[in-house]
Amino acid sequence: MSSATRSTRRGSHASRGVGGPLLALAISLGVPALAPHAASAQERPTGVSITLVYEAGKRIAIMVLPIAGASGDSIKTIIQRDLDYSDRFQHVPSIGAPVAGQPINYALMARAGAAGVVQAQLLPSGWLRVQLHDVTAKKVLSQGDFPLPTAVNTDGWRLGVHAISDQIEEWVSGQEGIAASRIAFTRDDRIWVVDSDGASARAVTPRGMSPGWHPSGRYLVYHVLDEDRHRLVVTDVVTGAQRSLTNEKGSLDNSPAASPDGKSVVFSRSVEATASAQDLFVMPFDGGRPVRISVARGSINGTPSWSADGRRVAFQSDRSGRSEIYIADADGSNVTLLTADAFGERNLRTNPSWSPDGRLLAYSSMIGGTMQILTINLRDRTVRQLTSEGNNKAPSFAPDGRHIVFSSTRGGTEQLWIVDVESGRPRQLVRGGSVSRLPEWSPRLTNTP
Amino acid sequence: MPRVSRLAVLLLALPLALGACKKKPVVVPPEPMAPVTPVNPPPSTPANNVPAVDDAAVRRAIEAARATLTQSIYYDYDSDVLRDDARATLDEKLRVLNANPSARLRIEGHTDERGSDEYNLALGRRRADQAKRYLADRGIDASRIETMSFGRERPTVSGSSEEAWAQNRRGEFQIVAGGTDLKAP
Repeated sequence: MSSATRSTRRGSHASRGVGGPLLALAISLGVPALAPHAASAQERPTGVSITLVYEAGKRIAIMVLPIAGASGDSIKTIIQRDLDYSDRFQHVPSIGAPVAGQPINYALMARAGAAGVVQAQLLPSGWLRVQLHDVTAKKVLSQGDFPLPTAVNTDGWRLGVHAISDQIEEWVSGQEGIAASRIAFTRDDRIWVVDSDGASARAVTPRGMSPGWHPSGRYLVYHVLDEDRHRLVVTDVVTGAQRSLTNEKGSLDNSPAASPDGKSVVFSRSVEATASAQDLFVMPFDGGRPVRISVARGSINGTPSWSADGRRVAFQSDRSGRSEIYIADADGSNVTLLTADAFGERNLRTNPSWSPDGRLLAYSSMIGGTMQILTINLRDRTVRQLTSEGNNKAPSFAPDGRHIVFSSTRGGTEQLWIVDVESGRPRQLVRGGSVSRLPEWSPRLTNTP
Repeated sequence: MPRVSRLAVLLLALPLALGACKKKPVVVPPEPMAPVTPVNPPPSTPANNVPAVDDAAVRRAIEAARATLTQSIYYDYDSDVLRDDARATLDEKLRVLNANPSARLRIEGHTDERGSDEYNLALGRRRADQAKRYLADRGIDASRIETMSFGRERPTVSGSSEEAWAQNRRGEFQIVAGGTDLKAP
């Protein structure tokens, strides 16, 4: 496995002519290459792959041909950006005019440095026909027709284009992309949602903070600060309908997270009688009696995060005197301390986020006076630091398990950023406007408008 | 038939004047009235030697009691421990609370912007709880005090300086009942 390289790369084109047709065919068929040394020799520049085979640390060079039609340019731009943001593809500037249905000049594409070419055309029905060409193999690798809403440039239309990008990624690498997803966050005491590429940030609730997604992608659960209580609220992002999930005077309920099966919500609660303490509770998503799953004894337990299989919960607790990251079973049993005391540090470790494959937990940690994003490997407990500039808080894993959204003050005001765990590449998700924080990455959104 | 003296009339009329807060005094003094803080009615100065009732002073005392009850206290970074200045302020509140058994408070804890936003909500309540326990340990019934927290969400001073942070790490006090007709201690 090639080592991950920090992304320096933009614009480095692959040189051509690696291996012969036989080699390319072998790769396409998944057969071990006959001349592996020749294939890995000098023609491969750092980080860019010229074959449609995904390797960690390399980006596959893809060209998206111009698309005819009024919305063709917008579609092309969105797909190119999605492929770039996946950190698994390198966008190659397109050459030639849109030629719907005409054969591709593979030699020309290869000289341009593309390993794959996306050729698409808008059908009379409004659907998009997409073909993915394997340049080395000189043939169409995959194709499909994709529905798009008739109303162009709406939230639903953009989601439809993102779904096409995700499918292209799956054709190439076997792994679906995450372009068709959104990030919920807190701004100006309201819950907002933004597309994965940063487009269309919009408020979706009148009040609230600390959102969590229901696995259907249709509901957000969050909390609202009233004068004499904090209560949990569920909002249907499609209709805007809201309901209070909890609502008790003197009870401060916060940081809700819906379980992966959508049936439960875990959250933190403190009550007047034990106001210095905060415990974790679980209750049905449809409403009902909360059941306590932690035993505070004066400690603060909060910011819970479910494992992808719904069997465990990661959370912060200051039961040791300093806030650390713990894991427990979903019923609260088998509590395990994950993060260790660092000598001389005023520890503050909070906001764990579980990776979808269960391998990693991301969390915020106070290091040398500032907050940084770290990951810990759950098998061997190795820790990696992903940020170093400014204050970086509240990480949330994307469905691909390789991107993390978080808030950062590295640019001045607290804003949302995304980091690729594999390459370390950061990108700013939300610009301008007031402070944006407490982000939560949605599941892949397939049928949500 | 008993003769009702003018003095008796004045003494009977005085409580009515105070209770009804009428603008027109019961007795119009012959001398010009001295300027006072804008309070109605102006103090009565009857011709006979009845002591004046100073409404302005009463109001000032009520306001002072309210100000004492609602004065904020401040905390050190990453701490919910009550500093000496906070204890002194709470001691003043104790006296007012003892003089006003129906007064009830809500203590709201706040933090600066550092650390985790959600953890700060819990820390804010812990700060409020420390102040509540201080008062409860000194005789105030716990049921008279609620605690609440806004974490870092309601700063009084914006910015990321030590001064701003110090101002925002606070406990605020709201009077939720018994706030009218406060008696000074």
